[in-house]
Amino acid sequence: MHIGNYIDMVHRGQQDLAQAFIKVSEHHGHEPDIKSTCILLAGWSRQLMEKIKPFAEKYGEEKNKEPDKLMRDLFEGPRKGSMALLRDLQDLWLLAREAQVASIILEQAAFGLRDKELITVCNDINGFSKRQISWLLTRMKAIATQTLIAAE
Amino acid sequence: MKQTRDSIKDIWGERTPYYGNWPVRVDAKVDVEPERWVQSACVLCSNGCGMDIGVKDGRIVGVRGRATDPVNHGRLGPKGLHGWMANNSRDRLTQPMIRKGDELVAVSWDEAMNFIVQKSKDLIKEHTALSIGFYTSGQLFLEEYYTLGVIGKAGLGTPHMDGNTRLCTATAAAALKESFGSDGQPGSYTDLDYAATILHCGHNIASQQTVLWMRILDRLAGPNPPKLIVIDPRDTFTAQKATVHLAPRIGTNMAVMNGLLNLIIQANAINEAYINAHTIGFEELKHTVSTYTPEKVEAISGVPAGKLQEAADILCKTDTLVSTVLQGFYQSMQATAASVQVNNIHLIRGLIGRDGCGIYQMNGQPTAQNTRETGADGDLPGFRNWGNEEHIKELAQLWNVEPAVIPHWSPPTHAMQIWRYAETGSLKMLWISATNPAVSLPQLERIRKILDQKNLFKVVQDAFMTETAQYADVILPAAIWGEKTGTYTNVDRTVHISHKAVEPPGEARADLDIFLDYAQRMDFQDKDGAPLIKWRTPEEAFEAWKKCASGRPCDYTGLSYAKLSLHDGIQWPCNEQHPEGTKHLYKEGIFNTGITYCETYGHDLDTGAANTQDQYKLFDPKGKAILKGTDYQPPHEQPDEEYPFMLTTGRLVYHFHTRTKTGRSKELNDAAPDAFVQMSEADASKNGFSEGDMVEIISRWGKAIQPVKIGGVLPGELFIPFHYGYWDDPDRVRAANELTITEWDPISKQPHFKHTAVKVRKYEQGILDKAATLIKDVKDSFNS
Repeated sequence: MHIGNYIDMVHRGQQDLAQAFIKVSEHHGHEPDIKSTCILLAGWSRQLMEKIKPFAEKYGEEKNKEPDKLMRDLFEGPRKGSMALLRDLQDLWLLAREAQVASIILEQAAFGLRDKELITVCNDINGFSKRQISWLLTRMKAIATQTLIAAE
Repeated sequence: MKQTRDSIKDIWGERTPYYGNWPVRVDAKVDVEPERWVQSACVLCSNGCGMDIGVKDGRIVGVRGRATDPVNHGRLGPKGLHGWMANNSRDRLTQPMIRKGDELVAVSWDEAMNFIVQKSKDLIKEHTALSIGFYTSGQLFLEEYYTLGVIGKAGLGTPHMDGNTRLCTATAAAALKESFGSDGQPGSYTDLDYAATILHCGHNIASQQTVLWMRILDRLAGPNPPKLIVIDPRDTFTAQKATVHLAPRIGTNMAVMNGLLNLIIQANAINEAYINAHTIGFEELKHTVSTYTPEKVEAISGVPAGKLQEAADILCKTDTLVSTVLQGFYQSMQATAASVQVNNIHLIRGLIGRDGCGIYQMNGQPTAQNTRETGADGDLPGFRNWGNEEHIKELAQLWNVEPAVIPHWSPPTHAMQIWRYAETGSLKMLWISATNPAVSLPQLERIRKILDQKNLFKVVQDAFMTETAQYADVILPAAIWGEKTGTYTNVDRTVHISHKAVEPPGEARADLDIFLDYAQRMDFQDKDGAPLIKWRTPEEAFEAWKKCASGRPCDYTGLSYAKLSLHDGIQWPCNEQHPEGTKHLYKEGIFNTGITYCETYGHDLDTGAANTQDQYKLFDPKGKAILKGTDYQPPHEQPDEEYPFMLTTGRLVYHFHTRTKTGRSKELNDAAPDAFVQMSEADASKNGFSEGDMVEIISRWGKAIQPVKIGGVLPGELFIPFHYGYWDDPDRVRAANELTITEWDPISKQPHFKHTAVKVRKYEQGILDKAATLIKDVKDSFNS
């Protein structure tokens, strides 16, 4: 059974996302809505981490030995300005998508196990991921035109 | 000098109690007997009182209320009675100016306009029209906004257009859109004639809309007075008349609203038939608010559980309800979310769309509604949806341009983002009309730095040398109310016409003429090579607007200059079906939420994420109202050891905005000559401050120096009126917005002027002698 592997993946997905949202909020303190929304969304991911924890105990969390490729590759190097903001939001979007798909996969296992609680948690994660992704898309679309055409 | 009453001493005048209707009382003030009276309406708050302008020898010499007008039945407030004096001020700008070196030099209109046009063309060539933005007002007329909207959207093709309405009324629009699918106030002021209960949410109506408050005072003085529930952290004039006053800690409105909804649902005082037939989302809302017990609400907001219950009891039993919402909600944490909960109370109780049941998501300014309708702000004309290709096609067809010309790849840029683009350098030209951001925006030090940037070309179109105009590269002197003809629409959708009464001073021109001149010199064309803008006069602009608004919620097709000049105010929609106008929207419980009609697909109340058309399809409400809820979130910046106070800002009865006009009326200025900081008795005594002491208020964003005024606010909280800047007192750092934080609501993008953490210390720099006189004035004039 590899469910422990995916519980770790889901857990780590939210952990990475929480960290990344905080990182972006700190990088872009001059964009007030970015700062406050990223802090809010980091909070959601932290709460979801707590929700998945009991299942790590129930099924055993199998620490994944794969290096955390996404986290390593994303947010590389010093970034400032509007282009950096766009890139950072895009990286967050990738992380959020990664976290979401992990929860969708885990939910499939939860269905098979008839584990209602785990189904609920996976559903919650998926729901919050959708909202995170939706905000990221809204925000990227709002600045993309200006950033790619008019910014220096 | 003749006046029917002293509105400075007695703000609301004598009571004329209701006995079945609201009696007429004509308020007037004239310096000399006018030769003639010219039909108009007041522009010094969002109430929109019908008013005549008295003229003698080509000058405005006074005003009087219009007895037959449905809005005011002849009454006028202190600002309306005295504000007109600004027209005659010697400080008026009378010539265009261009900055040459460090100086602003008077030039001809030709030179000024050609300079702007050349600059525009150069910028477009090098950086596209995305380098150009407009920041307008809630003070111009409908015809001017519509013209500006077409220039921006179909002429230049820039999405960067907004108004200072972002600071005052954006949440009204946002909350209406989220619940009902489009902007448009459901109620009518006449609802106050019937309402058994009135709920004021963050709205000190007694000071802000004095004439509307007179209507309520007259109900209170008659038989069957309504019960009043007031939600406001301060002990305002309004709160003093309340049956129940809920004084939540600053920034906790959402918890209070969730608590009220929960109690109404728990008491089963809901109208299930209405909910089922006319709304979606009830079960989710019920679930969201279910944890907000009175005890939990008390812990968050400080509102005693018993008081919340008292207010809820009234709301549960009443069969009619008028609710009003303003800046205490709009400029605070979770602005849109909290304002939407007011809509929800009406919806779950079925109190909407009939006499006595009105929601006024108030506007701050007299013509704010028109910026929203015409698309001079972050909206599209006619309450169209930027995410709906069909709506864009309608506009393109109307203007005879390609749809692609109209920027609609994302929502129009909101003001705070426009200023951010200016700060980061991608916006290189900002055209500011009839507003004073150097005093009215948050964190003024930052705003001054932006305005000071050499690579930002600033056009300022105003009637006075404001704090903002001093930074201009080009100044365009503008005509104001009384000096031009146009229409405007108030909170209850009443449209008034205001006729030109006198000539503008010197070379000042109507804003409409300035915009038209720019369009002509820029040679904006439609796709057949004809001039894009085909109107030359206000009336022609109005007729063009009617075509744009036809079939939309704000339908003006049944109105004309002739009709508006023959009648008093008329409420839109006014069309073939409703030739006399419309008192109530949503009478049949059918809302503007259908997917092909709605102005928005809605937003996530917490993040502001915009739903796409595809997402909306999944729950298309098809004309049902949308009940949306969410949890309370605390303000981001909380008082701490270093900054132990929460500062809130607001208005005084005698002034409007940054006093550009009201500060030039001797009576109004004498009544409220200076700013102050209001502090609780407990905090004053703990810190050793006496009435009138000069103190320094410091936030993370700036500082200001004010005399202390003791009482009227909760311990731990401070209040500073936001009107005061520097044009008449450059010596003291006194603008409230020196201190305020730059952040905004995720949906309406309205800044959070209502909460900034600050500290206070005694100011020790030989200014104390000045303080004594100041505080005497303040004391005499103080009005909460």
